[in-house]
Amino acid sequence: MMAHTPGPPPRFSPLARILHWAMAAMILAALFIGVAMVASLAGYARLVAIHRPLGILILVFAVIRLVNRKLTTLPPFLKTMSPLERRAATAGERLLYTLMIVQPLVGWGMLSAGGYPIVVIGSLHLPAILPARPTLYAVLRETHTVLAFLLFATFLAHLSAVLFHTLVVRDGLIRRMASWRR
Amino acid sequence: MKTDDTPPSDLPAPLGLASLVVRVAIIGGVVGMIAGAFSYCAGWLTPHALTPATMIDAFEQVNGRKSGFRRNHAKGVGVSGAFESNGAGVSLSKASVFRKGRVPVLGRFAIAGGQPYLPDAQGKVRSMALLFELPGGEEWRTGMNDIPVFTVNTPEAFYENLVASVPDPSTGKPDPRKIAQFLRENPASAQALRLIGAHPKSSGFENDAFNSLNAFRFVNAAGASVFVRWSMVPVESAKPPVDAELAAHRDYLFDGLVGAIHQHPLQWHLVVTVAQPGDPTNDATLPWPTDRRHLDVGTLTIDRVESEATSPVRDVNFDPLVLPVGIAGSDDPLLSARSAAYSVSFTRRESEHKEQSAVSVAETR
Repeated sequence: MMAHTPGPPPRFSPLARILHWAMAAMILAALFIGVAMVASLAGYARLVAIHRPLGILILVFAVIRLVNRKLTTLPPFLKTMSPLERRAATAGERLLYTLMIVQPLVGWGMLSAGGYPIVVIGSLHLPAILPARPTLYAVLRETHTVLAFLLFATFLAHLSAVLFHTLVVRDGLIRRMASWRR
Repeated sequence: MKTDDTPPSDLPAPLGLASLVVRVAIIGGVVGMIAGAFSYCAGWLTPHALTPATMIDAFEQVNGRKSGFRRNHAKGVGVSGAFESNGAGVSLSKASVFRKGRVPVLGRFAIAGGQPYLPDAQGKVRSMALLFELPGGEEWRTGMNDIPVFTVNTPEAFYENLVASVPDPSTGKPDPRKIAQFLRENPASAQALRLIGAHPKSSGFENDAFNSLNAFRFVNAAGASVFVRWSMVPVESAKPPVDAELAAHRDYLFDGLVGAIHQHPLQWHLVVTVAQPGDPTNDATLPWPTDRRHLDVGTLTIDRVESEATSPVRDVNFDPLVLPVGIAGSDDPLLSARSAAYSVSFTRRESEHKEQSAVSVAETR
């Protein structure tokens, strides 16, 4: 369908694509584990032990990804996207980047304010980033839930938009991020 | 943000109406399925399932909502001191707490139940919760009770027992028929209550023994692991129960503890009981045979007591799964459930206005 286009469509850099798909899997796992663990008596301990290091890993990946994005040239928007759609896509991406950095920080800050030791795995501990304070803990705990739902909703919007371009507009948008084929 | 366009390309021909509808439906189906799976994981599709929140709701039904207090073990007092390890525990666990030496300890003595102001009474379960501050940011938190076995062996039974104890609105007291029915349906709990009833009660906190009840796993430096339970065994000798006049005072058990600590530091031996293969590790209602190996691993000294109003332990969640490397949970289903439910109780009370604790600053001075 892109037969008349000279050369393949521009793509994100290989590192950007690896980071995108790795983080997609990690963030979805963290979201699903997060909502499941707070509703589970039997699975709580095991799920928390995964959720906590996963959140820290997401934070590390998100910082690398943000730096990578600032340092590299992004592929241009497709012609099929209207100015309004481009603004919406840009705003959505900014929101996703903000959430994938802020959400782990809120989790870390929440454990700090709750006076918990911040165990990553085994004896690996992180320092507290906030003073132990009950009211701060309560606010951050609530914030962590609200941001989780916001992150999930933003993901669903992102997925819907990509599926719409792939199945309805059929402009090959997903090839910009596809790692599996040209 | 980049605004330059890709070179013009030919788009495929517009979709027919039927094809468009099918494709939009596929998108809706995919997104809907992911949202549905998320809702399922969050428990929104199973509103009657037992969750950490419904467990704490049941506590609030039994006790009312007591602003700022723990939903269970609500009436308590903060203490602090140190644990002096004798080094014997190193053979069982590589946790730094068992190396010969001294670590600071925060603690809390409390009475089971969600009532922060109810008068002390001899028959009530007493608890000792401890937080060992270990090197490198590690902590060991443990909550122990002065009963020999726990009253239930599953979170579900715990919940049913709670619901059976919700006060009848007409009498203001639990319906004895509901309690009796619970015990008929849960023979393990009935048997545990017989053991608890036969267990001698000490006169106060200061000469009471406190037990982990749940089993844990110790792992030593060689990687060998054993299942254990532990107890804090008092150095203080037994005393006769206080006379009726003193016992009429609302906080007489706490007053006795405060007075004892003001006289001299109180001490307990940390005694680890090592399971033999086949001993029940997933059932806290069952005692282990009395001939099991008991290892004294060190001495706890409590030399300071203060009201919750000033003690840091008011804002500590004594989650039994906050453990150092070398100590792990067992297959006891109560452990994960305690961890989950304590977290809900902690979040609720930390977001509420803190009411004055029964044991005030003046009483602990």
